[in-house]
Amino acid sequence: MFNIISLISGLLFGFGLALSGMVSPGKVIGFLDLTGNWDPSLAFVMGGGVLVTVITFRFILKQPSPFFGKEFKLPTKTDLDKYLISGAVLFGLGWGLGGLCPGPALSSLAYGNPKIFVFVGAMIAGIVVAKVLTGAFKKTA
Amino acid sequence: MENFTPYSSLIGGIILGIAATLLLMAGRIAGISGILSNLIPPQSNDALWRILFIAGLIVGAAAYPLFGGDMSFLNINPYQLSDNAHYALLVVAGLLVGAGTYVGAGCTSGHGICGLGRLSLRSLTAVMIFMAVAVVTVFIMRTVVGG
Repeated sequence: MFNIISLISGLLFGFGLALSGMVSPGKVIGFLDLTGNWDPSLAFVMGGGVLVTVITFRFILKQPSPFFGKEFKLPTKTDLDKYLISGAVLFGLGWGLGGLCPGPALSSLAYGNPKIFVFVGAMIAGIVVAKVLTGAFKKTA
Repeated sequence: MENFTPYSSLIGGIILGIAATLLLMAGRIAGISGILSNLIPPQSNDALWRILFIAGLIVGAAAYPLFGGDMSFLNINPYQLSDNAHYALLVVAGLLVGAGTYVGAGCTSGHGICGLGRLSLRSLTAVMIFMAVAVVTVFIMRTVVGG
């Protein structure tokens, strides 16, 4: 059941990203281009998403265990450490350059453009490099 | 503002919120960078749901135009670069997005839609930083390369 829910969630997420315009780097850059020909559309995407989660998450997280699974696996860190800050800076830089974040990049593989495959390949390479530099492979292996 | 699409963006965003709600009902956070990075390398008991979610992303995105959705807004080269320059930019951008979201433990979905929904201070901080850096990056790109 857990795996089927994950698949359905992914299907909805991919459809939502396409409908919302997030899969278009042009829309993303237009949203970030405050001093140019600003397109505020994507504020409605995050606004709409958070509008739902801020209500539903409260109720779900009050339950002792999730409806479709054994336990909640949630982030446990609470401090604003150097990793959070530096990671957000690097991500913001990459997002502003390419107009693609991880969800829309993976979803856009659907449209078959070789540029998206190159971006996703580089993104995976970036994860590998960061895991090597932070010693993550040693911890899990 | 000729490209402004408030209705489709709002409805799309609400669908993202519903998708994240569904996954939390299964106990997981719908953070795409985390779902992907924990597949590298795949862990035996933890890989299938991640692979299914990512497969869902691709099929869900493919379904939108198949069901008559308008994709005319799709513009993957907003800075209007030559093909070679655009490929080089996407490699750099991809490396930064992959490394940054792993180190910073989240992206627009995990920190944005889910983290803000949980009222997480870490996520609010991350969202403000990556938004601000991205706005400055776009400003510099527009100034340097135009488009």
